[in-house]
This record gives sequence, structure tokens and C-alpha cells, in this order.
Amino acid sequence: MSNNINLRKGLNVPLAGAAAQTVSKVVVPGVVAVKPSDFRNLVPKVLVKVGDKVLAGSPVLADKMAQDILFTSPVSGEVIEVVRGEKRKLLAVLIKADDVQEYVDFGVRNVDELDAEAVKAALLQSGLWPAFIQRPYGIVANPEVAPKAIYVSAFNTAPLAADLEFALAGEAANIQTGIKAIAKLTEGGVHVSFNGKVKSQLANLQGITAHSFTGKHPAGNVGVQINNICPIRKGETVWTISPVMLAAIGKLFNTGKYDVRRKVAVAGPMVLSPAYIETVPGMSMKDIKAFYGSNEAQIRFISGDALSGANVGVDGTLRFQDNLITLLREGNEYEAFGWAKPFRFNQFSSSHTYFHWLLKCLAPSEYSLDTNLHGGERAFVVSDVYGKVLPMSIFPVYLAKACLAGNIDDMEKYGIYEVLEEDFALCEYVCPSKINIQDIISKGIDTMLKEMA
Amino acid sequence: MNLRNIVDKIKPTFEKGGKLEFLHSTFDAFETFMFVPNTVTTKGAHIRDCVDIKRVMIIMVLALVPAFLFGTWNIGYQHSLAYSMHWNFWQIIWYGLVKIVPLYLVTYIVGLGIEFTVAQIRGHEVNEGYLVTGFILPLIVPVDVPLWMLAIATAFAVIFAKEVFGGTGMNIWNPALIARAFLFFSYPSKMSGDTIWVGGLHRGMDAWATQGGQLADTFSGATPLANPSGYSVAEMIIGNVPGSVGETSVIAILIGAAILLLTGVASWKIMVSSIAGGLLVGLLGDVPCWHQLIMGGFLFGTVFMATDPVTSCQTECGKWIYGFLVGALAVIVRLFNPGYAEGMMLAILLMNTFAPLVDHCVISVSLKRKARKFNKIA
Repeated sequence: MSNNINLRKGLNVPLAGAAAQTVSKVVVPGVVAVKPSDFRNLVPKVLVKVGDKVLAGSPVLADKMAQDILFTSPVSGEVIEVVRGEKRKLLAVLIKADDVQEYVDFGVRNVDELDAEAVKAALLQSGLWPAFIQRPYGIVANPEVAPKAIYVSAFNTAPLAADLEFALAGEAANIQTGIKAIAKLTEGGVHVSFNGKVKSQLANLQGITAHSFTGKHPAGNVGVQINNICPIRKGETVWTISPVMLAAIGKLFNTGKYDVRRKVAVAGPMVLSPAYIETVPGMSMKDIKAFYGSNEAQIRFISGDALSGANVGVDGTLRFQDNLITLLREGNEYEAFGWAKPFRFNQFSSSHTYFHWLLKCLAPSEYSLDTNLHGGERAFVVSDVYGKVLPMSIFPVYLAKACLAGNIDDMEKYGIYEVLEEDFALCEYVCPSKINIQDIISKGIDTMLKEMA
Repeated sequence: MNLRNIVDKIKPTFEKGGKLEFLHSTFDAFETFMFVPNTVTTKGAHIRDCVDIKRVMIIMVLALVPAFLFGTWNIGYQHSLAYSMHWNFWQIIWYGLVKIVPLYLVTYIVGLGIEFTVAQIRGHEVNEGYLVTGFILPLIVPVDVPLWMLAIATAFAVIFAKEVFGGTGMNIWNPALIARAFLFFSYPSKMSGDTIWVGGLHRGMDAWATQGGQLADTFSGATPLANPSGYSVAEMIIGNVPGSVGETSVIAILIGAAILLLTGVASWKIMVSSIAGGLLVGLLGDVPCWHQLIMGGFLFGTVFMATDPVTSCQTECGKWIYGFLVGALAVIVRLFNPGYAEGMMLAILLMNTFAPLVDHCVISVSLKRKARKFNKIA
């Protein structure tokens, strides 16, 4: 194991409502959705019709640009609707789940005997290929390109994030199989980053290059880890994959099944009793009604964490990659002279401009934060706020300005290849000018995708 | 009926299509002043820190309050000293308020008037930046500056130093210093010399407050910069000496600096490096180098104006360079330019101009170093 890398920059947002380490419910969704919007820049092609019977692992969508990339059904059942929006844009394929789940049999295989092409074919065919996220740009990895290396973050630091030590308990063997399989796809090795403060159950994995990180959020973000291990330069491609998906890959080879069941944390201030559930991606938020009761109009449903997740709404679904659902209160009310108060004990601020940081004993240790913006959008005024929470060797404000200007040369220079929106989530949280920097970076990446294609 | 209900009731009048639509920005400014808006996050991070630009700016104003209070007292004190009148504390404060309140009325009415108008024309929210600019401006001018001059200078600075660039956050130079520079170069007789720093010295102004008294024989009216041997160190630190309204008291400014540093609103790097620059160049002068820090506007400029986050360097390394050069240039002007007794204003404006260049160099070097480092690994 390489030496521990301690990241001094960062911030842990003390959001209330962490999930208790128990699986309180096994949710068998009535209807699951397969959504193209879970994948950046995907132009989908529908492979099923209403009324078709599918098994868990049957192809539902394909990538129109690379048709061997398949997106498969997480459950067995019947296709009941193909939802389309404006200009017939595909929004979702809805599948009504059977009571008894049946799986496509991909065959149990010994990974040691497979070569790279066989692994690739198995992942593409089973629908697990989209688990690979390519950097730059955060798109589904291109099977034609061999990556420089594959990176895995074995811990989460985002607010209320699922504890992978709990969520992946008992999966070590599957993850080991997954590592062996994906190691065949790159010559640069599989780099796994561990939390330097915790003895991980995965610490004994074979065939990895281990790294150790300590520090506040975003130390657990794989993008931040890559930047500190070996930054991505122009022309290079790396892939990232989450340990949750690695376990699914392991199960594919060990059991022959496309099994993406996972432990998902249901957390946040609006959750009645925060805990884990076991479910599949595509599960509707309505299936966890027991966790939030009846006041859904006042709740924001987030697939992912409170900083970088997606606001999916009560009709939304759990995204393909996520293992966290955060429920926040919509903060759509006024606060008289809020900005002028000397103390705001019910709000968390990383800046010292509210003086309750002087009275730590009176301030709560956790905050029931809501979705209020706490101000209006302004130009960039305060200059060093982003740098304090971004442990990457890039210049965030300059990169954001290059993205706003659509200046490709500058975007390259300031590191657009290394970043995804989630890396800037904390910058956005602390920004006193309330600038939507994740959106700015997102548009910058879209520009790059268009121009560099 | 509470305040919120009243606001909600009159709000439609100012919305699009309402009778007073042309005052929409003004209404919005007052509404958001009284109530943190009910807007929720629509993109990106769902939760946000409760700090906003209003909070940052109000902390700046808070940090300026000690200098303002002392300045008010000192106006009256200097006047009573000049005319050998033995005023009590309240008489001193009264005279100070009579002199300083009009300055504030002029800067805020002219400056905010322009800000509100521009915001309405552009259709965006009123920026809070002017709260600070308007609070600083009366503190960096001589007390007897004619109000019409101050009005013109304020208008010039807000329009040509700020709004033409796009408002707060987009400006290249510190607007308050641009206003001062405008006064300095347009009306030099009101901005330099020995007779302008104490209220009522000029052409027998303020006869009502001199009570027929004559100037004391020993009173010079010169600032410590023009007459370094005329004042003791203790006087310069306490600040009961002639000078621009808010710049004289080292103690009041240091209280402000403490507030800025504790809250993290201003950059300690710029403050430290500016003082280092001033001390180093000060070694070349006749007076002890640390006297440069306590005379004139050096400390006020270092603490409140060089640290302006918009017009100073953005990179952390750049801040060290920028601050050092501000301090060094200010003392260079003091020591080697017989025409100008004070160099702080010009030093900051010059470094405002070059701050983007410093940043550019810092980033270029940093990117090159990063590339070299990882060429080695690869």
C-alpha cells in the first residue's frame, strides 16, 4: 500500500438523518424504470415493445452510437409502457415486476480462464458494461478504447452516504472476482482507494494497486483521488467503477446472473427512521412511502447525495449507479432578516461570518438543512472559497469561467478532462454568490463532447 | 398584520405588468433586505451554505464601524483643537456627526441611486457591493471635501469603474479608490495641502462652530506624512491626528482587521505581505520603517482596500505577490516622489491593474510545474 495521502481541503456537511446500519426492508418494486437519463449523453435505442416478457438481464435499451452496449432489465416481468416526452424523446421503459424473479442464465465462469475479449463480451451482453464511467466527460466507457487504468473508490465521504463497509458486507468474494475480471481490460492496473482511518473488509483484495486517503469530503470522490494519484492528461482515458457495481460484476461470473440488488441507504432529515433497504435500481420513490409518510409535497426526493444527486421527484426512480436516497425538506419560505442575524443556530455555515462558530457548545452537531438557496445569485465576488474545499490541483474559478466562455483551449488548460460535476458539489455548497457551478461544468463538458467528437 | 403580509400585498404592484414595474429592482432590493428569499435550489447541490454576499458585505461594514466611530470623534476633536475650544465629548461628537452625515448621505444617495437604476435597466438584482463602497468612501476623503465634488466623484466611480464593466464582481479597480483618485486629480486643491484635513480650517468655513475663535498659533493642520516630526507615536497609533476621516486610528483599524480575519472575509495573506512590503521599503527612509505603517492611509488601505476580493489577485500565491507590491509601491511613492505625500491609493490602483497579470503568471508557472511533475511519473 502506498503512503497515505491526507487531503487537508474539504468539508463534511453535518446533515441530520444518517441511516442506521440495519436493513429495515427488502423492497420488491412493483414497477421499475430503465431510464436513459441515468447515463450522460446516451442516445438510446429501444429493443422491447409493450407487452414483451423480460427476464432480469434481458436487453431493454442499446446505445445507438455503439450498439453492442446494452442496458438490461433489473427484474423479470412485462414491459408495460415506453414513456416518451417532447419530440418523442425516450424517457423511460417501465417494467412490471413478476412475483418470482427469473434471471437470464449467462453461465457460471471462472474468470482466471477468460481473456479480455471474453470479459468484455460478458459485460456488454449482460448490461453491466455501463457500470464503467469514462473520464474525461463521465460518459459510459467506450469498449473500443483501452483505458490507462481503472479507479475504484472504496469509501464514501458525501453527506449521509451509504457506509460501504456495511452495504458491501459479505460481498468481498464477488468484488474480488470483479477485480480479476476488470483487471484484464487495462494494462495500468486497478487502483483502489481506501479510507486511511478504517480497516476495510476489502483491504485484502488481490491484484489491485491500493491507495489510502484521509480527509473530509470530497476525499472519497474518485475524481479527487485520481487527481492526487495521477492526473488525467489530454488524450488519456481512465475508467471508474463503483464497488457496488464491482460486486454485481463478480456475481455475474460467480452465479451467471445479472443481479444488481444492493443495499441502499434511505437517509436525510425528512426520513422517519433512516435505515438501509435492499432493492434494485429503477425502483420508484413511491415504493419507500413507509419512510416518509404522507407529506410528499414538502419533500425533495434525491437519488444520490444531497450535494450532487439528482432531484427525481416523488415519481422518480433510483438511478443505475446510486446506493443512496436522500429526502430533504423543500425550504420555500421566507426568513426575516436571516442574513443579518448574528447567530443562526439552525443553519450550517462553513464560513465564520455567522458567529455561532464561536459558541460550539450551543450549536447542534447535526443540522436539518433544507433546500433554500439562502440568497440570490451574484457574480463571483469572494475569491478563495472554492479552493478551500477542492483538494485537486486545478483552478476551479478559472475553469468555470472558461466553461462559461466556451473557450476549449482554456478548459483544457484548467483541467476539464479531470473533473465531473460531483467534484464541484462542495464548491457550489459553500459559494456565497450562489453560482450553480455544477451546471456550468456540466455545460462545459457538453461543449467538449460536441467539439471533440 | 405582520410585515410579510404587507410585503406580499404590495408585491404585485412592482411585478411585471404592475403600476410600479419601473421600481421592480428597488422593491426587490428592499424585500430581500428584509427577508431571505424563498427560492429553493433548482440545479446542482440541493443544500446550500447560509452565507451569501449580503452577509459578507455586512461583515465588511461591521469591520469599518470602529474606524467610522473614531473618525467621527476625531473630526470634532481636531476642530476643537484647531480653535483652542475646550469642547466636551458630546460637543465633539455632534460636530463630527454634522460633518460626516452629509458625506454619507451624498455617497449613498448618488451611488445607490445609480445602482438601483442600472439594476432596473439591466433587469437584475441590486448588488450589495455598494454598501461597502459607500461606507468606505467618506472615510478616505478629507472632511471638508465639497459635497458636489463628492457627488460627481461617486457617480464617476460607480458608472465608469463598476457598472460599465458589469457591476459588482466584474470591476477591475476598487470603486471607492477610483472616486478618491477622481477627486485627487480633478480637484487637487481640495485633496492635498495642510488646510483640508481638519474641519473648518478652509476659508473660514463652519463659522457657526468656531464661535468666533481664532486658529491656535501652534496648530499646523498638517498630517503626519507631511510633518513626520510633529506627532508622537502614541498619537499616531491612537489616531488623534489630522488626516482622511477614517484612516488615522491604528487601533480602530486593527479592530476592523481582527473582525475581517476572524470571519475569514478578507485575505490575511494580502495584509501580511503588504505590511512586509511596506516595512522592507521603509528601511530606505529617514524615519523608522514601522512608522510608515502607522502614518497616513497605509493601514486602512492594507486592511480594507487592498483586500477587496474582486480587484485583488485570485490565486493564493498571487495574493502574496500582490500584497507585497502594494505595500512596497505605497512606501516607494511616499519616499521618492516629492509631489505626493501619500502613495497608498496609487499603489493599490496600480496593483489592481496588474492583479490579472500576476494571476496569469502564477497559473502559467503552476501548470508548467504540474506538467513536468507528471511527465516524470509517466
